[in-house]
Amino acid sequence: MRACPLFSLFLTALAVTSVASAAPLTTDWPAFRGPVSSGASPSAEIPSQPKIAWSAKLPGRGLSSPIIIGEKVFVTAAEGPDQERLRVLCFRAKDGARLWERQLLATGRTMTHAKTCVAANTPCSDGKRLFALWSSNDLAAFDFEGNLLWLRGLTADYSNASNSLGMASSPVTVGTTLVVQIENDSESYALGIDTNTGKNLWKLERPKFANWSSPVPLPARDGFPAAVLLQSKEGICAVDAATGKTLWQLAGNASTMSSGVALKDVVYLPASGVTALGVPALGVSEPQTLWNARQINPSTTSPLLLQNRLFTVNNAGILTMAETTAGDIKWKLRLVGPFSGSPVGAGDRIVLINEKGMLQVVNVAAPEGEVLGQLQLPLNEATKELSLCTPALSGGRVFARTDSTLWCVTQ
Amino acid sequence: MKVPLLLSLLLGTAVAPVLAGPLEDAVKTLTQVGREGAGNEAATQAWTQVVASGPKGLMPLLAQSGSGSSVADNWVRLAGNAIVAQALEAKQPLPLDAVEAFLTNTAHPEAARLLAFDLLQQADANRAEKLERTFGNDPVQKLRRGAVAFLLTSVASKSGNEAKKAYQEVLSVARDEDQTKIVSEALKKLGVEVNIAKHFGFLTQWQVIGPFDNTKGAGFQTAFPPETEVVLDKSYAGKSGPVKWQPAISKDEYGKLNLNETLTALKEATAYAATTFESGEAREAELRLGCKNAWKVWLNGELLFARDEYHRGQRMDQYRLKGRLRKGSNTILVKCCQNEQTESWTVEWEFQLRVCDGTGTALLSSTSKR
Repeated sequence: MRACPLFSLFLTALAVTSVASAAPLTTDWPAFRGPVSSGASPSAEIPSQPKIAWSAKLPGRGLSSPIIIGEKVFVTAAEGPDQERLRVLCFRAKDGARLWERQLLATGRTMTHAKTCVAANTPCSDGKRLFALWSSNDLAAFDFEGNLLWLRGLTADYSNASNSLGMASSPVTVGTTLVVQIENDSESYALGIDTNTGKNLWKLERPKFANWSSPVPLPARDGFPAAVLLQSKEGICAVDAATGKTLWQLAGNASTMSSGVALKDVVYLPASGVTALGVPALGVSEPQTLWNARQINPSTTSPLLLQNRLFTVNNAGILTMAETTAGDIKWKLRLVGPFSGSPVGAGDRIVLINEKGMLQVVNVAAPEGEVLGQLQLPLNEATKELSLCTPALSGGRVFARTDSTLWCVTQ
Repeated sequence: MKVPLLLSLLLGTAVAPVLAGPLEDAVKTLTQVGREGAGNEAATQAWTQVVASGPKGLMPLLAQSGSGSSVADNWVRLAGNAIVAQALEAKQPLPLDAVEAFLTNTAHPEAARLLAFDLLQQADANRAEKLERTFGNDPVQKLRRGAVAFLLTSVASKSGNEAKKAYQEVLSVARDEDQTKIVSEALKKLGVEVNIAKHFGFLTQWQVIGPFDNTKGAGFQTAFPPETEVVLDKSYAGKSGPVKWQPAISKDEYGKLNLNETLTALKEATAYAATTFESGEAREAELRLGCKNAWKVWLNGELLFARDEYHRGQRMDQYRLKGRLRKGSNTILVKCCQNEQTESWTVEWEFQLRVCDGTGTALLSSTSKR
């Protein structure tokens, strides 16, 4: 739901100390693709005429998205000749002041394809703690002041868990369980980790195949406990987040790059385009396929579910809007691509950033969709800097990171 | 002075010597974390205690760094990192002379010296940079890198024989692939050919046998005869007929042994490569492998590591396997499996392997019998 304009105006008037004139931050963006891993924010406002409010230099590369909790922005990075130096940084949301930084050394393998890097996984938060994961499978929990709460080295624990192209799956929290998918060709597994202690609650063997998709929370319903969806080349399963017990599953060939979206009753799964699955009733072991739309192809990005509309963008830059009852395409809009990051949205607007740093705001209420505004982030041409992350939304701001810089964009 | 000892002196009583105080105990707790988060709860409390101790916690942290696992080292590292950050913000003095003295003592473990350097850099980047220039012969490969980078900068203004001599000096200390490549290319322009394979210690002379089967990847887990005996004049039943050992020599400057050349381009096949490494002494060593096929490596019959990933990427020193060389002949056996994929990027069936010390300095076989 879009925030009431009058309420936003009132809050804006209160924010007299803010550097930018945007609406104050009222919402958290606690994980990859936002509060429920759908790409949507329930209360953010996307600027129609985006401008850079502030930028902050980062000490290393990363594809991971920033996350926002209250007035703090957290982002990970990796640097060093072997990308072995892992960083967690915290910035003040209103002006980009660096509040703290922590460094650790990778305990797992750091080899990646040149386009990606070790800081590929987006961190997440349960509202009390920050959980940062890197491609080396190092996992660290901090409080919001930068105090270490616990550490894991998941390749140190399971020595063949790595992917020479790089890992990228982002963790999520469901209740007091942190779920990580460490899926690769060799030692492939998913873990439910106690957010308080960092110890395993459960460990699931997973298909031995490289998988960069991320777990998606599925809310509790009709006797089903809160679950997490794990997709892979072999299909999808819903796992009880507290116990690791498989609740239901469906064989198939789900994407190993693009992650799905789940509502209470329906899962939109990147599989043969997009496949909508009806979440089964208690006691039913397999979901019902509601529809399949091959023409909606999210490619390597993940779909956005916004106000009962499904948006996908392919790498070439075609944004597609489909309705969710049957997957029918309502319109397509050519944007300036190519894209590695996924679309995110709030209200009637979505925002995307292409690999060359062009931020594009789209009004999806227009009959065929329309570009409201564009902003070219000033990337470093000498280093061939890229923008590969998925943006984050909070209040009236869009946060994004490129190879060298964290950006805050407002109206 | 420890409080109990002070009390005993004042009271004139004998007490057992106190080996460690609460701070040292807390630091030790950090180093005792185990697999799968074992010890995390205690470490969380200890971490808070150590960081709260402020700058006086730094030297105990350095003293314990390297005594536990690599994950434990990160507990220690993050505590040091937080202490320095807090001290800088509060403008508290830090024991940088002691940190520097610790760093320059090469007897300390690699992890501890790397931490000392990073803490010094965090507290005083200029001081760290000056010190870094002196690490050209350091036993820690990562510490050498900055010194080599500095040498490369200073040699760039030289020409002719002066440049040739300077680049050769840089080559003698360079251990990283990218820096060595810069030096070798510069020397080549000056008329000096660098034997890269010898510089890094790549093993280039092998005996190869195969193909054995690897249909559906099953060969990776199948112990074919070479896993129980390496007898070069014996033949065995292979995937499509009898197979026997045959010589294979890598002419690649980075030591890649292309099995497609020896066994022809095959799919779903397993090969073994064996060589003998003559060591002048019994010693610890690293066997560093690069391979994009599934592989296993044995040293004198001991399996060092095995990995079943195919065609995700290969680079020099991709895997660092620690082993102990015997004095005299050492048998190194590599199993290399090719899978069923047919895409153009799945053709490679090869590996590169070198023997070196922990610095990355080549260990050369005194003779090569195979």
